Amino acid sequence: METLDLLAGGFADAFTPQLLLYAAIGVLLGTFVGVLPGIGPAMAVALLLPITYGLDVTEAMVIFAGIYYGGMYGGSTTSILLNTPGESASVMTAIEGNKMAKRGRAAQALATAAIGSFIAGTIGTLLVAFFTPALAAQAVKVGAPSFFAIMLLSLVLVTSVLGQSKIRGFAGLFMGLTIGLIGMDQSTAQARLTFGTLELADGVGIVIVAVGVFALGEAFWTAAHLRRNPVEVIPVGQPFMGRDDWRRSAGPWLRGTALGFPFGAVPAGGAETPTFLSYVTERKLAKRRGADDEFGQGAIEGVAGPEAANNASAAGMFVPLLALGLPVTATATILLAALTSYGIVPGPTLMDEQPDLVWTLLASLLIGNALLLVINLPLAPLWARLLRIPRPQLYAGILFFATLGAYSVAQDPFDLGLLLFFGGVGFAIRRFGIPVLPLILGVILGPLMEVKLREALDLSSGDVSGLFSESLAIVVYILIAVALVVPVALGQIRTPDDEKTEVAS
Amino acid sequence: MTEKVGTRPQVDKAQYGLAAVLLVVGVWTIIDASTLEVGFGDPIGPRVFPYLVGAGMCVIAVLLAVATARGDVPQGEEGEDVDLTSRADWPTVLKLVGILVLNLLLVNLIGWAITGALLFAGAAWALGSKSLVGDLIVGAVLSVASWYFFWFLGVPLPAGILDGIL
Repeated sequence: METLDLLAGGFADAFTPQLLLYAAIGVLLGTFVGVLPGIGPAMAVALLLPITYGLDVTEAMVIFAGIYYGGMYGGSTTSILLNTPGESASVMTAIEGNKMAKRGRAAQALATAAIGSFIAGTIGTLLVAFFTPALAAQAVKVGAPSFFAIMLLSLVLVTSVLGQSKIRGFAGLFMGLTIGLIGMDQSTAQARLTFGTLELADGVGIVIVAVGVFALGEAFWTAAHLRRNPVEVIPVGQPFMGRDDWRRSAGPWLRGTALGFPFGAVPAGGAETPTFLSYVTERKLAKRRGADDEFGQGAIEGVAGPEAANNASAAGMFVPLLALGLPVTATATILLAALTSYGIVPGPTLMDEQPDLVWTLLASLLIGNALLLVINLPLAPLWARLLRIPRPQLYAGILFFATLGAYSVAQDPFDLGLLLFFGGVGFAIRRFGIPVLPLILGVILGPLMEVKLREALDLSSGDVSGLFSESLAIVVYILIAVALVVPVALGQIRTPDDEKTEVAS
Repeated sequence: MTEKVGTRPQVDKAQYGLAAVLLVVGVWTIIDASTLEVGFGDPIGPRVFPYLVGAGMCVIAVLLAVATARGDVPQGEEGEDVDLTSRADWPTVLKLVGILVLNLLLVNLIGWAITGALLFAGAAWALGSKSLVGDLIVGAVLSVASWYFFWFLGVPLPAGILDGIL
C-alpha cells in the first residue's frame, strides 16, 4: 500500500489554500475555454500556457490538470447543447446527447456527462497512481534500441488508427518530423533546415507549432467556411437526474471507464476509439434489453458511456507520459513541453527524481476532478450562455490570445511570423483532411527518436543490428508489423456502414 | 478552385499542389542534410535521421499524387461553426492574415497594448462584426489588461509608445 501513502503525501502537499485556488482557477478557465466552440482541450492547454509564467512547476502543473479536465468537460457541454460535434472525442457524446437536449432532457444529459466524467476521471487517476510506478520501474531498464522501437510503435499506431486515410496520417507525421528537425543538431551543433537564420537555431517551440496549427489554423479554416446562420443553442436549467437516470447511467459509466483507460494509456489516438466502442457497446446492450431502447432518440446510456470513456482515456494518457516521458495525445505533448521548459526531463527516472511533483500532480488531478463536479453542475446554465457569443468576436478573441501567447514567449515578432506560417499549415491540413495528432507528435518525438537511434547505433558502431540488440525491441518491431498489417486485413472485411461512422471525426 | 459545390470534382487538383510541396520539402531536407559534416568517430552523425525523414516525405508525396490521380478526394475537417457546403471565403482569410502581419510589424514599435486592441477589432471586423466601436473598446480592455497581467507575472511586454503611461 505504498502507493496510497505516497498519494496521501501528495494530497497533503496539494491541500494548501494556494494550490487549491490554482486548481479552482484551472478548472474554471479550462471549462470556460473548453465550452467555446472550436476550442478543444489541447488548444485550451496551449492557449493558457502563458498564464503559468512566473509560477513554479508544481503550481503550473496543478493549473494544467484543472484546465485539462475542465476543457474536456467543457467540450462535452458544447456537443450536447449544439447540434454539431466539436473535437473528435465528443462526436459520440453528441449523437445521443444532442437528441436528449432536443427532447428537453438537456439537464439530465449534462448531469450524466458531469458525474460520469467525475467517476471515470477519479478511477482513471487512481489507476494511473497504481500503474505508473510499476511501469517506470520496468522502464528504467529499457535501453536505447527498445526505446526507439517503442516510440516508433506509438507513432505508427497513432498514424494508422486516426483519420480516414493512411497516406494523410503519414503525411502529417512526416510534416511533424521535418519540423522537429529544424534547429541545431544536438551532438554536433550544426544547423539543420534553418535557412541560415539564427532565430531557428534553437528549433521551433512546440507551443508556437501547437498554437499555430490548432488556434490560427482553426480560426482561418472557420473564417473560410463560417456558418452564416448560427447554430441553434438549446437552453438548459440546473442539471439533475432522476432515480431512473441514475440506474441507467451507472453501468455505462463503469463500462466506459474500463474501455477508456487502457486505450488512453496506449498510443491509439486518444479518446476516439474507446468512445466509439463504448457507444456501440451500450447500443448493443440496450437492444438486447429490448423494450426501453431509446437509442436514436436520445438515450442517456449513449451519453454516460462515451463521456466516461473519454475522461478515463484522458487520465490513462498520464501513464506513458509520467512513466516513459512518452506523450500519446496532443495535450500530453504540450504538458511535456511545459515540463521541459522547467528543466525537468520526463522519462523513466521522473518518479525517482521528482516524486513530490508527480504525487502532487496526481492528487491535484483528483482534486480538480472533484472541483469540476462541485463548480460546474451549478454553473451549467452560465456556460451554456457562452455558446451564444457572436462568432466574429469569438474568433477574434482566439486570434488575440494565440498571438499574445506566441509573442509573450520571447517578445520577438519573428515568433509571430512563425505562428502565422504554422497557421497556414493548420489551414492546409484541415483543407486536405490530414489529422493533427501525428503532426504534433512528430514534432516532439522526432528529436527524442533521433537521440535514441544514435545511441543505439553508436553502441554497434553504426551497424543496423544495433537496433535489434534487445529482445524487447524485437517484440516491439513485431507489434509494429502487426499494427501495419492487421488494419489492412480488417479493411477488406469492414462494411461500408462502419467506415461511415469512423469518418465522422 | 476545387471546393465541393454542387457536383463533386473527380480529381482534387489542389492535392497535386500539396504533393508537390511535400516533395520539395522532402528533397530539400535531404539536400540540407548532405551538407552536414560527420565528425570522426561518430558512426551515425547528424545526417542519417534527416535522410530517413526526407526520404519518407518523398515517398508520401509520390503516393499522395498517385492517390489523387486515382480519384482520392480529401474530407475537409468539420466543426461547430464550419459549413463545408459553402465555397471557401478567401477575402475573409486574407483580411485576417493582413491584420496579423500588421500586428507583427507594429508590435515592437507601438506596443502590444495598442496593436492587440487593433488586432481584436480588426479580426472581428474581417469576420463580419458591425460594431467597430464596441470591438475597439473590448480589444483595448483585453490588450491593456493582458499587458498588466504579464507585467504582474514578471514578464513585461514592451510598452512601445505608451512607455511611461502604462
